[in-house]
Amino acid sequence: MSDIVIVGASLAGLRTAEALRDRGFEGSITLVGDEEGVPYDRPPLSKHYLRGEWDDDRIQLRPAEELRNRLRIELLAPKRAAHVDPLRRELRLDDGQTLSFDRLAVATGARARTLPAAAGHRSAHVIRTKSDSSRLRGVLAPGQRVVVVGAGFIGAEVAASAKALGCMVTIVEAAPVPLERQLGALMGAACGALHERNGVALICGATVERFEADAVVLSDGTALSADHVVVGVGAQPNTEWLTTSGLQIADGLMVDAYCRALTTDGLALDHVVGVGDIARFPNGRYRSLDGTGQLSMRIEHWTNAAEMALVAALTLTGDRQAYEPVPYFWSDQYTHKIQFFGRADGFDEVEVVDGNPADGSWLALYRRGERLVAALGVSKVRALIPYRQLLLKNATWDEARQLSHPS
Amino acid sequence: MKVVVDFDRCQSNALCMSAAPEVFDVRDDGYLYILIEEPGEELRSKVEEAVRLCPTQAITLES
Repeated sequence: MSDIVIVGASLAGLRTAEALRDRGFEGSITLVGDEEGVPYDRPPLSKHYLRGEWDDDRIQLRPAEELRNRLRIELLAPKRAAHVDPLRRELRLDDGQTLSFDRLAVATGARARTLPAAAGHRSAHVIRTKSDSSRLRGVLAPGQRVVVVGAGFIGAEVAASAKALGCMVTIVEAAPVPLERQLGALMGAACGALHERNGVALICGATVERFEADAVVLSDGTALSADHVVVGVGAQPNTEWLTTSGLQIADGLMVDAYCRALTTDGLALDHVVGVGDIARFPNGRYRSLDGTGQLSMRIEHWTNAAEMALVAALTLTGDRQAYEPVPYFWSDQYTHKIQFFGRADGFDEVEVVDGNPADGSWLALYRRGERLVAALGVSKVRALIPYRQLLLKNATWDEARQLSHPS
Repeated sequence: MKVVVDFDRCQSNALCMSAAPEVFDVRDDGYLYILIEEPGEELRSKVEEAVRLCPTQAITLES
């Protein structure tokens, strides 16, 4: 019997445990993780760790000794959850072990989506875990040809890292422009142009017809020679173990504004929270696209895991605070730092207010109705920060314009 | 309370500056500057927010 069991030992799970201790929670905490070793940080897996600049110690989130002694967390790893009965408060692991709990946090995250056909290539990779990254690091060498499938953030960062290691890199993207869902077509294209600017080829609107042992063949017949292929086509939430739980699953575990898991009957459970990449929550700060309710979101970014854990810990200790974040993500590519605050869903207008995409450094604001809803900075770190403050207070477009165009 | 930054880790996301501008300043040169190394208790919650938000976990607090 553990007072709180947290399933998932990456950032969201660990931060939930830490927030519980920070709040003075004295009960027992068990953290179940499906990877070997102590929790580690994932953002470096496509950057410093992949390039061999940072080692395992450097990406540890907390050393084992600190987990044990300061945080008093019992880490069960590598173990995988197989089934949970939220009402009987029992968790079964895939080795048959059963854990009883009083309260539960679900933080099993997401995994890399794969293209099964990629197995036809002799060196096909995805990047999600430390072992994925070190496996790729082990084979990248100067002069080798790398094809990255997918121009999302992971694909783009892997491409930039491979380029930095001296590889010849081509990115293949199925959509007409990269990152359209997150940034809109105009800014997506502008970020995509950073690749060409840095000597990496980007082919958009191209789908992969087939993978050969040493090539990627596109549907228009183009054959790209490839020593290595990296598939970066997004992630899918790890919800399979919850299908028998009676909890509501719809592209993630459905939770309410307090991170409480919803049952299939629509009941919010006070003793079960969802946190991090797996949790789909209504964000009261943004309207849904049809304008009738709150925007439902599931966010696969570092900051969301870190911030949501705090709200989840509050709920688990009997307090209530709605989770209404201004989401944030960043991506380091080549020498550029892409930073994005807010959500562009349903935006009406985007305006570059500082710098110029042609120079690889600019700041753009997104308007939806009368509101400022998002701000994008590319190598505009200092100038971007005041817009985060505006987004936090749900500022109007006029207020944002006063900042960007002082009269 | 003493603010300690691991500058090898810092990647200048500037979220610390957003959380506690009295203490953290990321300048146009792209580097983080600490404005107050030993901020008073009145800044504790802001500085703790900065620690939490830092995506590279470069900031620690010593009491």
